[in-house]
Amino acid sequence: MQDQLDYLAKRASAGKLSRRDFMGKASALGVSAAAASTVFATAAQAMTPKKGGDLKIGSTGGESTNSLDPATYASQVPYHNGRQFGDTLVEVSPTGEIEPRLATSVESTPDAKTWMFKLRQGVEFHNGKTMTGDDVLKTMERHSNEDSKSGALGVMRNIESMKVEGDTFSITLKDANADLPYLMSDYHLIVQPNGGMDNPAEGVGTGPYKMEVDEPGVRHMYSKFANYWGDDGHFDSVEILAINDATARTAALQSGQVHLINRLEPKIAGLLSRAPGVQVQSTPGRGHYVFIMHTNTAPFDSKELRLALKYAINREEMVEKILRGYGSVGNDMPINAAYPLFDSSIEQRMYDVDKAKEHYAKSGHDGSPIILRTADGAFPGAVDAAQLFQQSAQAAGIPLEIKREPNDGYWSEVWNKQPFCASYWGGRPVQDQMYSTAYLSSADWNDTKFNNPEFDAKLLAAKAELDGEKRKALYSEMGQLVREEGGLICPMFNDFIDGVSDKLVGWEVDPNGELMNGQVTRKLSFA
Amino acid sequence: MHPILKLVSQRLALGLLLLLAASALIFVGTQILPGDVAASILGQSATPEALANLRAELGLNEPALSRYFSWLGSAVTGDLGTALTNGQDIATSMGKRLGNTLFLAFWAAVVSVPLAIFLGLLAVRYKDRWPDKLISAVTLTSISIPEFLIGYVLMYFIGVKLGWAPSVAMINDSMSLGEKLAAIALPVTVLTLVVLAHMMRMTRAAILNVMQSAYIETAELKGLSSFQVISRHAFPNAIAPIVNVVMLNLAYLVVGVVVVEVVFVYPGMGQYLVDHVAKRDVPVVQACGLVFAAVYILLNMVADIVSILANPRLRHPK
Repeated sequence: MQDQLDYLAKRASAGKLSRRDFMGKASALGVSAAAASTVFATAAQAMTPKKGGDLKIGSTGGESTNSLDPATYASQVPYHNGRQFGDTLVEVSPTGEIEPRLATSVESTPDAKTWMFKLRQGVEFHNGKTMTGDDVLKTMERHSNEDSKSGALGVMRNIESMKVEGDTFSITLKDANADLPYLMSDYHLIVQPNGGMDNPAEGVGTGPYKMEVDEPGVRHMYSKFANYWGDDGHFDSVEILAINDATARTAALQSGQVHLINRLEPKIAGLLSRAPGVQVQSTPGRGHYVFIMHTNTAPFDSKELRLALKYAINREEMVEKILRGYGSVGNDMPINAAYPLFDSSIEQRMYDVDKAKEHYAKSGHDGSPIILRTADGAFPGAVDAAQLFQQSAQAAGIPLEIKREPNDGYWSEVWNKQPFCASYWGGRPVQDQMYSTAYLSSADWNDTKFNNPEFDAKLLAAKAELDGEKRKALYSEMGQLVREEGGLICPMFNDFIDGVSDKLVGWEVDPNGELMNGQVTRKLSFA
Repeated sequence: MHPILKLVSQRLALGLLLLLAASALIFVGTQILPGDVAASILGQSATPEALANLRAELGLNEPALSRYFSWLGSAVTGDLGTALTNGQDIATSMGKRLGNTLFLAFWAAVVSVPLAIFLGLLAVRYKDRWPDKLISAVTLTSISIPEFLIGYVLMYFIGVKLGWAPSVAMINDSMSLGEKLAAIALPVTVLTLVVLAHMMRMTRAAILNVMQSAYIETAELKGLSSFQVISRHAFPNAIAPIVNVVMLNLAYLVVGVVVVEVVFVYPGMGQYLVDHVAKRDVPVVQACGLVFAAVYILLNMVADIVSILANPRLRHPK
């Protein structure tokens, strides 16, 4: 009984159980009301974060080639590094609102073309300097100039001019964009002294933790920065260990060598959730696994064939077998309920052998095998998923031939080059950014070669539309266009699956990214 | 000149020549890799001007031969250049990784070599009886199981279930020697199990070979105990092949432990090389290749020299 009471208390302290529920469940265990009340009070006390302790995170995606330069971040360990030492102007909250960080407020002109960020005063960099408007301006310039190699360059291309006046940093855009604050929350856009123009990889920022040790591909060590401007960040030190091997990562969590791990494999997650001392946190996100067809290349230039393939994939089976239930079915558009302004009334496409046969016959395809390229690295389980697809398509008489490619070079030689392949998308904070990155006809990463003038026009109209209802309608129409006309087969949205030690409290569901959108070191604390 | 000195210096010169040949092969190998270095650094968004600038900066427009000699020249003086991907000095970052690899290899050797030789001697002493058969069976089993599987099994039972040793062997400078040794306990065990059989079998075979000789029979007739016969008369004459196989296994411990390093997340050379190959970071790949070649050649040379020294006919020429 004590175990169960402990469990309830833990749920209560994690904020998952109200007092009323707790009392009800405790009395069901035969605990007197007075005793239960005491237990609940103790548990509730645990909600005030305790300061101190050394947090260790085991993360995949760390290579000896990593740099601390925020412009270069492309995998998980660098992403979490940036979260420790750096801050962006604004952040997206778990519920999808804009939260102030280095900017205390954001305003725009009514045409959504000029945006004003009021900067926080008295913020200190880890090198002792005080952050100025000039540092912010230089940072944004470094990420937006022509020879920038920044991962945020796509976000910044629309900027016409930037300037600083007093404590206000303002951006003027070429085309209106109602979502600009969301774009500025991009994790690459960490404000650095002099914009990082002098030494971009020095790891100096305004974040809660100060860089102590930087050994790329091995570990990154941070200590609490005494003059941090915020009141979050409760640990004395944070250590990020690069553990790329999934089994080693899980073992490290189980044996207590680390407190948090990311990217649990779905097949391990089910087993680990029954292990003592750890919790598996599954968070529905915006990331999705896809099969993409180039709409401008035969045979995928035929809409009928594309529809045939879309009806020939069994989405439920994929979620069950590839994600082991840690995810949800996709609907051949890159948007799901985790996005703001999502229209849930769009019909869900199902596996339908008859319709697949019908569209396949209409397409007049000559019956030669359709080559689908895949690799282990395309997404976890991509090869198995391709085989499931092959079988479900076979039932509709559509011959798929799987060509397995090496992981090495998959993103440079296969993705965005071959007409039909497996891939994944990490999702973006808002619909506009997702569509602008990959479905606008002129986008670099338009990996389905989707060229639809009607879609482009609606995307531009939605950017300038500040009225929420109208934007929602526009996005709904765009989603249906991609679903109907596009080259995207989206069988599933994957959850972020993280492993968390029982010693930590304060977990909350944040669909913006893994490990609570990288905020674990700021928001969690030791129990 | 003493013939031994002459032989040894010949071996040394040969080793250096071999290293030079290896460096040429490494350079040619990285040159014929598909893809342009500048393009792989700048990625898909590269403009033609940026590519041209970077090519000039890296000296890629010069003929390959002059690039080879300038690379070799700076490598000989200890300047291995900087990594293209993160701009860190290669000699510094690789030095740390090499140190870690050698640390692991050293302790694996400290455990495995004496153990292998002792077990080999034991097997000879009890030839064809149960201790011999048991030792052979156990070591052959452990060499036949893939090392990553042994790694995972040990990790699960010793690391997670029993909690006797850390499951992930991450070491860093701030740890004491004791802490480091505790951290590498599992990988050392795996490496020992992997290299044990080869060395043990070779020791057994070499000594058994010597045991057929007439002087062993004499020693036995003299009334020496069988262990004394083995250790005093058979072992010294079997030392050359044993040293050879020991050195081969030491080279394996340095050069071939990528899998074990990955399984235990050990920050050694193997993981370092793999990361940079994936990113086409040519200077680092070249530097790693050179270091691996040097280690391999050096250990083989040591084996050669030891077997020369162990041969009395060469030590005491007529």
